[in-house]
Amino acid sequence: MDKLVNKHRSGRLRSGIILFFVLMLFWLMLSSQLRIDVFVIGTIVALVIVLLYGDGLSFLTELRLTPKAILTGFQYYGYFFKELFKSNFKLAGIVLSPSLPINPAIVKVRTRLQSRMGRLMLANSITLTPGTLSVEMDGEWLYVHWVCMETADIEQATARIVSGFESYLEVMYG
Amino acid sequence: MEAIMDIIGGLLMVGGACFLLFGGLGLIRMPDIYNRIQAGSKTTTLGTLLTLAGAACLQPAWGWKLLLIGIFLIFTNPVSAQVLASTAHRRGAHQSPLTEVDRLAEDREGKA
Repeated sequence: MDKLVNKHRSGRLRSGIILFFVLMLFWLMLSSQLRIDVFVIGTIVALVIVLLYGDGLSFLTELRLTPKAILTGFQYYGYFFKELFKSNFKLAGIVLSPSLPINPAIVKVRTRLQSRMGRLMLANSITLTPGTLSVEMDGEWLYVHWVCMETADIEQATARIVSGFESYLEVMYG
Repeated sequence: MEAIMDIIGGLLMVGGACFLLFGGLGLIRMPDIYNRIQAGSKTTTLGTLLTLAGAACLQPAWGWKLLLIGIFLIFTNPVSAQVLASTAHRRGAHQSPLTEVDRLAEDREGKA
């Protein structure tokens, strides 16, 4: 029992420290000067936020800090921007064609990801990729609005929508 | 060198503006709220990112801050789109008659 509590505490401590450094990095980038008063104010504010919201998510929480995970992270962003461009051209095509060729549906897909951050990133990625928008999440089930529905079957829709990002996020967050 | 950066920056900003225009057109043409959110969220993300990249080419000194704005945009835009969509669905917003399947409504009815 004690071990479990300790494990939980060390997890909180780790995510708190990560959150603190992310906040400080953003603050220093935003103020773009390294003066002592800027640094002190940043430290105080970051500490208060960490104490209040230590349990919250930041995009480094639960990220596995192995070389493979970091490399996959870069590949993930490459794939993400490619998909973002594709989705924009596809949408421009739909909007500009006079007949407005849409075939909307809300389909259900399933994810293998277990971590909170992995699921959050997956839902966000789905929203920004061609023709899909995450509407609701319920445990491992995701409800996705699809502008041009190709299949309503859960397995096939999962393969079409989720698999591309999931393979990267699984290595990064698990 | 500066002239080349100016041209690249200008082209990027024009490209971004084009995507924002398509997004605006999508808001008018799409039949229901979900399709409108789709048009709005994707094009504003890429359109604004391209505009920011263009601004970074024109004013390299602003680079870090523009990068920061871009990061916030990538993380917050899809979240707001998702919250809008889920709220619309909970309140039973009008759906286009073209909608073929609605698994979420089916599952909600099953539980109720």
